[in-house]
Amino acid sequence: MTALAALIRRDIRIALRVGGGALIGVLFFLTVVVLMPFAVGPDLALLSRLGPAILWLGALLASLLTLDRLFMADHEDGSLDLITMSRTPLELACAAKALAHWLAAGLPLIIATPVLGLLLNLDMVATGAVALTLLAGTPALTFTGMIGAALAVTLHRGGLLMAVLVLPLSIPVLIFGVAASQAAIVGPMSFGAPFSILCALSLVSLVVGPFAAAASLKHGLD
Amino acid sequence: MTLIDLANPTRFLALTARVLPWLAAATIALLAIGLYQSAVAPDDYQQGATVKIMFIHVPNAWLSMFVWGVMSIASLGTLVWRHPLADVAAKSAAPIGAAFTFLALLTGSLWGRPMWGTYWEWDARLTSVLILFLMYLGLMALWRAVDDPSRAARAAAVLTLVGAINLPIIKFSVDWWNTLHQPASVMRMGGSALDRSFLIPLLVMAIAFTLLFVTLHLAAMRNEILRRRVRSLQMIQASRIAFSSEMGAGSREGNASKEAGAA
Repeated sequence: MTALAALIRRDIRIALRVGGGALIGVLFFLTVVVLMPFAVGPDLALLSRLGPAILWLGALLASLLTLDRLFMADHEDGSLDLITMSRTPLELACAAKALAHWLAAGLPLIIATPVLGLLLNLDMVATGAVALTLLAGTPALTFTGMIGAALAVTLHRGGLLMAVLVLPLSIPVLIFGVAASQAAIVGPMSFGAPFSILCALSLVSLVVGPFAAAASLKHGLD
Repeated sequence: MTLIDLANPTRFLALTARVLPWLAAATIALLAIGLYQSAVAPDDYQQGATVKIMFIHVPNAWLSMFVWGVMSIASLGTLVWRHPLADVAAKSAAPIGAAFTFLALLTGSLWGRPMWGTYWEWDARLTSVLILFLMYLGLMALWRAVDDPSRAARAAAVLTLVGAINLPIIKFSVDWWNTLHQPASVMRMGGSALDRSFLIPLLVMAIAFTLLFVTLHLAAMRNEILRRRVRSLQMIQASRIAFSSEMGAGSREGNASKEAGAA
């Protein structure tokens, strides 16, 4: 237990230091959202209608951008070998790393959401709904993305290949995240149904992600 | 004859060399019967002659999912039993599956043009088949990204199994998404509501296409085994050249590097 806590503390500390890359994700998120009005025009009504979708897409791309570093840096300095050889089960270690990554890179995105909601002319309820769905949905993005990160590090190829592998897997999260936000803003459906499915997706990925990532690390690093 | 007996590639090659002509002949015969039957099948009272696209489209769509199932079983074989031919099976199935998926999309869009008035509709089924196609392409990209086949095999096996868990979820969520956005469905066709004059040719075509897949798959597996043998022979040769050039004097070095360049 202390080993896992130490692992989480270490990962968060590295991620928050200069060059760690966690805050770059927030900056990227901000930039994507700022770019949107240039693409669709400065029409506030249209922007507020597209707002949840824009925020969700931005968060998806931002979390994908930072996932690249999840195993890569550890692989480069050799600590990934120590983690795989330690007595802590690799599945738990993977889950701890993903949790640390979500705390350092996913949570700032959610904290930044209200500010970005202002830029997109979203009202209080809409911003709250998007932030809540992001809070429930981004763990799923991190934990499924971890599979792609583990595959990429065993193949020594990151970046584009990981995006191609991970993005189709994140379609359900995107669908239910945007559906729940839209349900809270305009109705007519209830917010509860898509939101509970979103939570269920997060829980499923919480189970599947660490096992798949650990399997690919175990088989791939020898 | 069990699966373990087939673990020896040489035995597998010998067996498939005997089986393949029969399989190919059966495929051609069934395809001929199926195509003839679908050609003489009556026109639909609403769709006219375009209903005949169904006899090509539905088997393709069925195989697009069947092939992923085959790859998932092969991936289990790679990860759990370390069967030496499992990764060969998984690798050679992926392009065939992608081709079937592409054909399903293509024939579906050609069918959609006269029926719905558009080549592409963000219909739930079409969308999930498109995502399946994307996942096939990602898997093929993963196979191509690494030189070492056994390392690529295990990574691809993990991804295939994750995809096998995720595909039903994607299918279900796309269904949800679609009913949310456009409740008016474009097309409804209950399988059992199909008339017998359509059902029999369709079944024959489905069996014929499955046989076609088995034939193509076995042939592709043979090619993959032979390709790996050629590759290892080339590597042996290359290491031999490198070794002799290390040993030999300067005059032979130029010769060897020329040879290596040619190989």
